[in-house]
Amino acid sequence: MKNERSEDPSEDPVVITPCPNGPLLVRGDVLIAPEPGAEPQKPPRRVVALCRCNMSSIAPFCDGSHKLANFRTRPPRYNIGSPREDAGEED
Amino acid sequence: MTTTAVRTPVPTARGPVSSALLDVLTGPEDTPAAAYETLASAVARAVESTEDVLADEDVQLSLFLLYLLHYGPAEFVTGEREWDPELLRIRAVLEERFERELRDRVPVPDPLPQDGAELVDAMFTMTGGEEKPTLATWLARHPSEEILREFLIHRSIYTLREADPHSWGIARLRGRAKAALVEIQSDEYGGGRPERVHATIFAQSMRGVGLDDTLDHYLDLVPAPTLASMNVMSLFGLHRRLRGAIAGHLAAFEMTSSIPNKYYGRAFRKLGYGEDVTWYYDEHVEADAVHEQIAARDLAGALAQDEPALLPDILFGAAACLYVDGLMGEHMLECWREERSSLRPAEAAL
Ligand code: FES
Ligand SMILES: [Fe+2]
Ligand SMILES: [Fe+2]
Repeated sequence: MKNERSEDPSEDPVVITPCPNGPLLVRGDVLIAPEPGAEPQKPPRRVVALCRCNMSSIAPFCDGSHKLANFRTRPPRYNIGSPREDAGEED
Repeated sequence: MTTTAVRTPVPTARGPVSSALLDVLTGPEDTPAAAYETLASAVARAVESTEDVLADEDVQLSLFLLYLLHYGPAEFVTGEREWDPELLRIRAVLEERFERELRDRVPVPDPLPQDGAELVDAMFTMTGGEEKPTLATWLARHPSEEILREFLIHRSIYTLREADPHSWGIARLRGRAKAALVEIQSDEYGGGRPERVHATIFAQSMRGVGLDDTLDHYLDLVPAPTLASMNVMSLFGLHRRLRGAIAGHLAAFEMTSSIPNKYYGRAFRKLGYGEDVTWYYDEHVEADAVHEQIAARDLAGALAQDEPALLPDILFGAAACLYVDGLMGEHMLECWREERSSLRPAEAAL
């Protein structure tokens, strides 16, 4: 029997999902360094939400404050994975 | 009232239905037909005559006790009652009345969203009103030992079994919605680490303020709105037909959690409590900011997309969560503003 996925869980890619008007969801086996040069640490849960509104009291994690701030994200600017030239065409 | 001598005392009846029900539950294992008949006629009268089933102490306690047979431990019950057909029939009569009242009273967006993406937008709009949480902000401004203990007592009915009612839904969903629900529940249950199970962290908060963390220890003290909050989840969770509603309920719950929990944590910290007590709240600020996104988009949104027929019930479940938990919060706030207890008198609990 052969598994389609790799036996080594570290080879499962981390998936990052930008949530409209909210945080970035990060799924997978990641370490987070609290600041440049600091020791990377294992977050306390399998999926984390990273703040991108800069209002969170528990940065770099999201604490829901983006809703109080009425934070609005722009739609994704280009097709992720396609050549960089695609960016900016709409502007 | 002794707090430690009896681990799970027999709950106190609140009217003819719960009285007849407790007679059955604590009576001989071989229930006499007359006991079922007394119960059935009390139920028939109650569903006819109740003025407000959501505030009806007798009906809500009876529903709670009938659901308790599925959760346990309910040590005061004699015999094997979980699938007693007479009790299931009785429960169905109460549930029909309860669900009808909810469907009549709970406001659902009109017109309905047309697809999963529109549903997600509608959910964020519906839950947006909770962004300035009155109960939580009030507590953070006026915390007192007594009020915070009462708050934990109300919450203990559900939170000592946190996530369990929604777990009934796992087996009833498929594909993306199932995976999303499991992803959330796995976090609720500590991600494989027993000491991180949310219900266990909550129990630690209770002990930290000197409360008893035995399941249902304070049942006699909590009024109908608190029981109704738990009963809504059990109603939705235990019926496959209502799987859209249990998904919507969880989504609304998660979407209105991070911000209030920040204020609750602040209230306990103001009184000098340490991390043993505030961990539960701090954990939920962070965890529910994640759960909110998964529940809204991957659970509710994907379910609406994959099973469009469930869309109205997803919204109904979400709206019912906001409505019923709103009643519970309003009750507490009203009592505390008038400087009286939000609990039932202790004499009733003896
Ligand atoms: S993105 Fe949620 S608090 Fe900043
Ligand atoms: Fe939780
Ligand atoms: Fe949660």
